Amino acid sequence: MTWLVPMPILLALFGAGLTLILGRRPNAQRAVSVTVLSLIVAVAAVLAYRADRVGVQVTRIAGWPAPQGISLVADRLSTLLLLVSSVICLLVLLFSLGQEEEQRRRETPISIFHPTFLALTAGVSNAFLTGDLFNLYVGFEMLLFASFVLLTLGGTGERIRAGTTYVVVSLVSSLLFLVALAAVYAATGTVNMAQAGARLAALPIEVQQVIHFLLITVFGIKAAVFPLSAWLPDSYPTAPAPVTAVFAGLLTKVGVYAMIRTQTVLFPDNALQVPMLVIGILTMILGILGAIAQGEIKRMLSFTLVSHIGYMVFGIALDSDAGLSGAIFYTAHHILVQTALFLVAGLIERRGGSTSLNELGGLASASPVLGALFLVPALNLAGVPPLSGFIGKVGLLRAGVGAHNWLAGVGVGAVLLTSLLTLFAVAKIWNRAFWQAMPLVENEDGKLVEAGLPLQPSMAAVAGALVAVSLTLTVFGGPLFGFTDRAAHDARSGAYSAAVLPEGVR
Amino acid sequence: MAPNLTLLLIAGFLIACGVYLLLERSLTRILIGILLASNGVNLLYPIIAGPARLPAFIGISPRDGITDPLPQAMVLTSIVITLATTAFLLTMAYRAFQVNGHDEVQDDVEDAVIRRLALLDEASESYDAGVTSGEPGEEAGSDVVGGTAPEPGDLGRSGLEAGSAVRDGAAPGSAAPVAGDPAGRAGAETGGGEADR
Repeated sequence: MTWLVPMPILLALFGAGLTLILGRRPNAQRAVSVTVLSLIVAVAAVLAYRADRVGVQVTRIAGWPAPQGISLVADRLSTLLLLVSSVICLLVLLFSLGQEEEQRRRETPISIFHPTFLALTAGVSNAFLTGDLFNLYVGFEMLLFASFVLLTLGGTGERIRAGTTYVVVSLVSSLLFLVALAAVYAATGTVNMAQAGARLAALPIEVQQVIHFLLITVFGIKAAVFPLSAWLPDSYPTAPAPVTAVFAGLLTKVGVYAMIRTQTVLFPDNALQVPMLVIGILTMILGILGAIAQGEIKRMLSFTLVSHIGYMVFGIALDSDAGLSGAIFYTAHHILVQTALFLVAGLIERRGGSTSLNELGGLASASPVLGALFLVPALNLAGVPPLSGFIGKVGLLRAGVGAHNWLAGVGVGAVLLTSLLTLFAVAKIWNRAFWQAMPLVENEDGKLVEAGLPLQPSMAAVAGALVAVSLTLTVFGGPLFGFTDRAAHDARSGAYSAAVLPEGVR
Repeated sequence: MAPNLTLLLIAGFLIACGVYLLLERSLTRILIGILLASNGVNLLYPIIAGPARLPAFIGISPRDGITDPLPQAMVLTSIVITLATTAFLLTMAYRAFQVNGHDEVQDDVEDAVIRRLALLDEASESYDAGVTSGEPGEEAGSDVVGGTAPEPGDLGRSGLEAGSAVRDGAAPGSAAPVAGDPAGRAGAETGGGEADR
C-alpha cells in the first residue's frame, strides 16, 4: 500500500494540468477539482489510518535507495496535517464555487484559479510528505508560486501592493533556505533528513548551531513568528476571502511542520530551546496586541494568526512529548478554526459590504446565521471551554507546567494572557460588527439602504460545514489527543529515521 | 575537502550586491537584487560539490574519479526556480507600473493610519465607539452612539479620512451618524428576514 503515499501530490498535479486544459469549460473544471480534492481527502484518511495502525509508510521515488533517492514518508504527524489540510482545501474550494458567477469573474478568474489552487495543494502535500530537505524546498516553492498567483489574482493595484511585500519576503526566505541546504550538504554530504540528522550530531557544536539557526530562521519566516512576521498582516487581507482563508490555514502551518521536523529529526538535542521559548512568548503577546490595535476584521484575524503561531512554537520549544503533542493538536485545531474565521470574514464582507469595523454593524439581527457562524470559531479561537481550542491550550499548559523551567512558566502565563486578549479581540469584532446598530449607506437613488448583499446559502453552508468539522475536534478531542501523543512520541523517538533508513543510519 | 576560495568570494560579492539592491524601493532594482543574490547562492552549490573532477557518467569515467552529481541536480532545480521568480517579479513590476505609473514598493496604508493614531496618542475610532455600545441589548446605549460618538471621534476621523479613502475609495464616515435612527433599525430587521432565507 505504499503506492498511496505519493498520491496526494500526484493527484493534485494531475488535476492542475487537467483543469488548465479545461480552462474554457468552467463546469468540467469544477467537477475535476472537486473530484481530485475529494480523492486526496480519502487518500489522506487511509494514510492516517495506516500510519497509526500499521506504521510509518515510506515510498522511495523510482526505487532509488533511501539516502540517495527522494523518500516520501507518511508518519502520524504528516498524515494528520495532510488530512486536515486536504479537508480545508476541499471545503475552501466548495466555498469559492459558491461565490456568484459575476463576483467570481471579477475576483478570481476561474481559468487560473483552479489549476493554481490544485498546485498549491500539491505543494502543501509535498512539503508534508517529503523526507528530503531539498524536496522540502521544492514543495515550499510549489506552494509559494501558487500563492503568489492566488494573492495577486486580478492584478488590482491594492493586491499588487500587498503582493510585492509577500513575494519579496518569500523569495528572500527561499534564498536563505538554499544557503542552509548548501551548508547542510557541505557539512554532511546528504539532504535526506534522517541521515542528515544522524550526521549533524557528529559535527562540531558551532557548525551545528549555525545550520540550526539558519533553518529555524527560514522556517520562522514561513511560519511568521514574531520578528519575522511583519509581512503577513500586510499581505493576506487583500486577497479574495477563500484565498486568504486557505493561506491563513495552511501556509504558516507548513512552516510550523518544517520546524517540528527540524527540532525532532535534524536536531533532536534542541540547543535552541531558550531562544525558541522567548520567540514563542513574544510572538503570542505582540501578535495579539497587534490584533487589538486593528480596526479591520481581516487584519485583526491575520494578527491573531501570528499570535497563535506562538502557541505552536512554544509547544515545540518545550522539548517534551507532551509539549510536542500539544503543539500538533493545536496546529490541527488552528488550521480549521482560522480558516473558518477567514471564510466567515468573507461572508461578513459580502453581507455587510465591508470588513472595516467602522462601517459594519447590526449583523446579529440582520443575519443570525452569520452570527452563529462567527461566534463558534471565534470562541474556539479564544479557547473557551469545552471547545477544541481549550483542549489544545490545556495540553500546552500542562506540558509547560511539567517542564519545570521558569521560562516555560513565563510561557504558561503568556498562553493564558494571550487567550484572554484573544477573547477581547473577538469580542471587539462581535460588539462592533454584530451588536452595534446597522449603519446605512446611500444607494444610486440617494436613498439610505443597508450595505451588502444577502447571504448566499451555499457559501454559508460550506462555512457551516467547516465550523462543524472544527467542532468534531472537540467531540473527538480525547482520541485525537491520543493520536497526537503517539505522533509526538514517534517524531521524538527516532521511529521516523528508522523507517526511512531501515538498514540503519551511517 | 578544501572549499574553492575564488567561487566563495564571487558568491559573497554577488550576494552582497544583491542584498544592497534588495533594500531599494524600486521593484526593478529589487528584481535585479534577487537575481544577483540567487546567482550568488547558486554558486554555493558547485562549491559544496568539491573540487572539479570528471563528469559523472558511469562507464566513461572511473568510479572514484567522478564529481558529485547531487549538487548539480539541486542547482539545476534552483536555477529553474530563479528563472520563474524573475519572470513573476518582472510581471509584477510591469503591472505595478501600469496601475500606479511607477514600480515603487508602497507602505501599508492601514499600518500607517494606526501608527499615526499612536503618535497622536489617540485611541482608535473603533475603540471609542466600542466602549459606548458595549452593553448588549440596550437600545438606549446604541442611541447614544448616534448622538455623541461623532464629536469625540472627529479628531481621529480627520486623521483617518485620507488613509481609508485611499484604501477603498469609499467615504468611511458616512455611516455612523445615522446609526441610532429607529427607521434604519426597522429597515435592517426586515431586510434581515429576507436575507437569511
